[in-house]
Amino acid sequence: MIELNKITKTFRVAKRNAGLKESVKALFRKEYEEIRALSEVSFTIGEGEMVGYIGPNGAGKSSTIKIMSGVLTPDAGQCIINGRCPWKERKAHVKEIGVVFGQRSQLWWDAPVLDSFELIRDIYSVTPETYQKNLKRLTEMLDIGEIRKTPVRQLSLGQRMRCEIAASLLHDPKILFLDEPTIGLDAVSKIAVRDFIKSINREKGTTVILTTHDMQDIEALTDRILLIGKGKILLDGSLEELKGKYSGNKLITVEYAGNLPALPENVAALKNLDGHAELMADMSKMPVSGLISLLSEAVEVKDISVTGESIDEMVVRLYKEFEI
Amino acid sequence: MKKYLSFFRIRFQAGLQYRAAAFAGVATQFAWGFMLILMYRAFYRSGNQAFPMEFHQLSSYIWMQQALLALFMTWFFDGEIFDHITSGSVAYELCRPCELYGMWFVKNMAIRLSRVVLRCIPIFLVAALLPSPLGLTLPASAVHAAMFPFALLLGFLVMVSLSMLVYIGAFYTLSPVGIRIMAGTAMEFLCGGIIPIPFFPQWMQRIMALLPFGSIQNTPFLIYTGVMQPVQALKSMFIQLIWLGILLLIGSLSMRHALKKVVVQGG
Amino acid sequence: MKLYLKYLSMLLKSQMQYRISFLMTVVGQFLVSSSMFLGIWFMFSRFHSVDGFGFSEVLLCFSVILMAFSTAECFVRGFDRFPHLIRTGELDRLLVRPRSVIFQVLTSNVEFSRLGRFAQAVLVLCYALPSSGVIWTWDKILTLIMMLAGGILLFSALFVLYAGISFFTIEGLEFMNIFTDGGREFGSYPLSIYGEGILKFFTYVVPLALVQYYPFLYLTGRSGNALYPFLPLAAGVFIVPCYLFFRLGLKKYQSTGS
Repeated sequence: MIELNKITKTFRVAKRNAGLKESVKALFRKEYEEIRALSEVSFTIGEGEMVGYIGPNGAGKSSTIKIMSGVLTPDAGQCIINGRCPWKERKAHVKEIGVVFGQRSQLWWDAPVLDSFELIRDIYSVTPETYQKNLKRLTEMLDIGEIRKTPVRQLSLGQRMRCEIAASLLHDPKILFLDEPTIGLDAVSKIAVRDFIKSINREKGTTVILTTHDMQDIEALTDRILLIGKGKILLDGSLEELKGKYSGNKLITVEYAGNLPALPENVAALKNLDGHAELMADMSKMPVSGLISLLSEAVEVKDISVTGESIDEMVVRLYKEFEI
Repeated sequence: MKKYLSFFRIRFQAGLQYRAAAFAGVATQFAWGFMLILMYRAFYRSGNQAFPMEFHQLSSYIWMQQALLALFMTWFFDGEIFDHITSGSVAYELCRPCELYGMWFVKNMAIRLSRVVLRCIPIFLVAALLPSPLGLTLPASAVHAAMFPFALLLGFLVMVSLSMLVYIGAFYTLSPVGIRIMAGTAMEFLCGGIIPIPFFPQWMQRIMALLPFGSIQNTPFLIYTGVMQPVQALKSMFIQLIWLGILLLIGSLSMRHALKKVVVQGG
Repeated sequence: MKLYLKYLSMLLKSQMQYRISFLMTVVGQFLVSSSMFLGIWFMFSRFHSVDGFGFSEVLLCFSVILMAFSTAECFVRGFDRFPHLIRTGELDRLLVRPRSVIFQVLTSNVEFSRLGRFAQAVLVLCYALPSSGVIWTWDKILTLIMMLAGGILLFSALFVLYAGISFFTIEGLEFMNIFTDGGREFGSYPLSIYGEGILKFFTYVVPLALVQYYPFLYLTGRSGNALYPFLPLAAGVFIVPCYLFFRLGLKKYQSTGS
C-alpha cells in the first residue's frame, strides 16, 4: 500500500548571524549549509494500519509527509503509494488521500463551513450521493451539525479541527495523513478527535499516518510507531514492544533525613536537594525492594513512592539514547 | 533616550537583512526615474510655455526623489502598528516604560532610514554619471548645499509626524485598509510624488501654500536643485519648522486622546 | 468552468462580509487612479500636447491600459499574491488537491475591490471616446476591443511571470513592479514618447507596445496599416513563456520545498 525505499532529501539553507557587522557582511556574501533532511528512509505500511510517526522538531517528519502527499520531490529513492508515484501522478494520487495540516486551515476563512464542504466536493468531483452520505455520517460522528452554517473564523480551535478532519474525508480517501491534529486542543476536543480517528480506521479501513508530539495520541491511537531522528528511521515497532524494552525503569521519589548512600551504577539520581531525591532505577538489574532496603539502612526515610516511567519520559530517553 | 536608540538599532538592523530586496529596489527605482525623465523630456520637447524649472533641474529633482524614496514614501505604513491598533493589543504596548508616540515615531524613522541607506548611494552614483541634462547635478551653489541637509531632515520629520496622524486615525475607524490607501494616495499626490509641485496649476499652488505637504520632499529638493533662491529657501525652512511643531503637537495630543479611549473601552 | 463560478461566488460572499472595508478599498482604488489622472491633467493644462498627442488621445490610452490592468489584477490576483501563498504554506494545500495548480492559484483570490480602478477607467474612457476625435467605425471598435483583450492577457502574463520568479527570490520581486505597475503608469502615454530604445524594448521584450502604441496609431488614424489592430494578439502569446517559467519554478519548489 505505502512503500518508501531509500528516500533521500537535502536542503540548502542560508546561514544568518547576529550583530550589525554580520548583517552588513551578509549583504555581500551569503553562506549556505546543506541540511540532510532525510537519508535513505525506507518503510512499508499496509492497508488499514494506524501508524504514529514521531521524532523531535526538525527530524524530517513533515518532509516525509510532504513527499508522501506529492508536494515534495525527493532527491533519490522510490515511493509507491496505491501503485503510484505521488509526485509523478499528482492529481490521481491526491484524489485518494486526505491531508490535515494541524496548523493551517483548508477551509475558507470567511465562509460558512458548509460552503467550504461543497466547494471541496466539487474540487474532488465527489458524486452527490457519496457526498450526502459522507456528510451525514461525518456530521454525526464529529458532532458538527450545529456549526455547519457558522463562518470558519468564528469557530473555536476544537470545532475548527473537527471540521478540518471532516473536510479531508468527504472524498473517501484511502489514506489519511494527520499532521499534529490535536495541537492546541482542549481535553474534550482531543478525545473527540481521537475517538473519531479510531472509528474511521475501524469502520472504513482507512490507513492513518499521524505525526504528533502528543504521546497520548500515540498511546490512544496507534499500534505501530516509526521513530525518525536526524533524517533516519531509528525504530519501527509496536508501542508494546517499545514499552517492554524501555519501561523496565521506575522513578522513586524519597523524602529523607541524613546523607544518601553511594548509589549502585544502574540507579541515577535525577534530583537530590534538601532531603528530597528522585531516583531512576533499571529494575532488571536492581529490584525495587533491594533499593528500598539500601535506602532505609542509610537514611531515615520519611516518605517514598514508586512510579513507572510515563510514555513522555520514555520518548525523551529514546531521543537521548539516539542522540537526536 | 538610550532605549529609543537601541530600539532604533534593532529595527535598523532588521531592515538591513534584505539584500536582494535592496538590489531589486535600486534597479526598480533607477528604471522608474529614468522613465519619468524620458516622459518629461517629451513634454519639454513639445511644449513652449514657460517651464517652472529647467530640464536639468527636473532631472536632479527626480533622481533625488528616487534615491530618497524611502524617506518620503507616503504610502508606506508599518503593518505591525496597524495590527496593534485593530487587534487591541496596543494595550500591551502601553505596559512598556516608553512613551508610545515617541516609540512609534522612532520605529518609523528607523525603517525608512534603513531602507534609504542601502538604496540611495548606488542611485546617486549612477545618476551622477549620466550625461548632462538627464543626470544628477551637484547642488546649485555652496549656500544651497549648506541648507539642503537641514531642509532634508526637517522634511523627513514632517513626513513621519504626518504618517503618525494616519496611524492615530486608525484608532477611530473600522477599516485601516481603506484609510491607508486613501491617505497614502492623497498625500503622495499632494507632496509632489506624482508630478513636482511647481508643475501644479496656479490655483492649486495657492491651496498648497496653506497645507503642510509642500514642506516634505518639495522644499529640500527645490533647494538642492536651485529652483528656490536662498531667501525663499530660508522662508520655506521656517515654514517646515512651524509645520513640524504643529504636527507633533496634534499627533501627541490626539494620541493621548485615542489611548484614553482604548483604556476606557478596555481594548 | 462551473467550479470557477462556484469559487467566484464564494470569494465574493467572503469579501462582502466586510462591507465597510470593501467599500473603502473600492473608493481607495478609485482615488489611486484618480491621482494618476490628475497628474496627466495638470501636465496637459501646462503643455497641451506631447509629441503631437493631445489630451483626450492620451486619455484614451490611459483608460484602455488601466482597464486591462485592473481586470487582470482582479482576476489574476492569486498570482500577484503568490509569495503569500508560498510563505503561509497554502501552496502545499493546493498541491494536495486533485486540480491543476494554475486553476487553484487563479481561484485562491479574486480581488473584487479592483472594481474601483476599473470604474475610473470606464469613466475616463466615456469622456475620451467622443472627445478624442476618432470616428468610431467598426474597425476602430474592433481595434479597441483587441487592445483591451491583448492588454488583459499581457498583464496576466506578467503576473504569472511574477509568481514564477517568486519561487526563486521573494525579496528581488520588487523589480517586476517596473513592468506591472510601471506598465500601467507609463503606459498612460503612447510609448513612443520615451524614445526609440524604450519603444523597441516594449515591442520585442515585454510586448506592451503591441497592445498599446501600434493599434493606437491605427485608432487615431496616424497609420493605415491594417496589421496593427491585430498586433495585440501577438502580445497575448507572451503568456506562453511566462507560463512555462512558472512551471519551471513549481518544479523547483517541489524539489526544494522552499
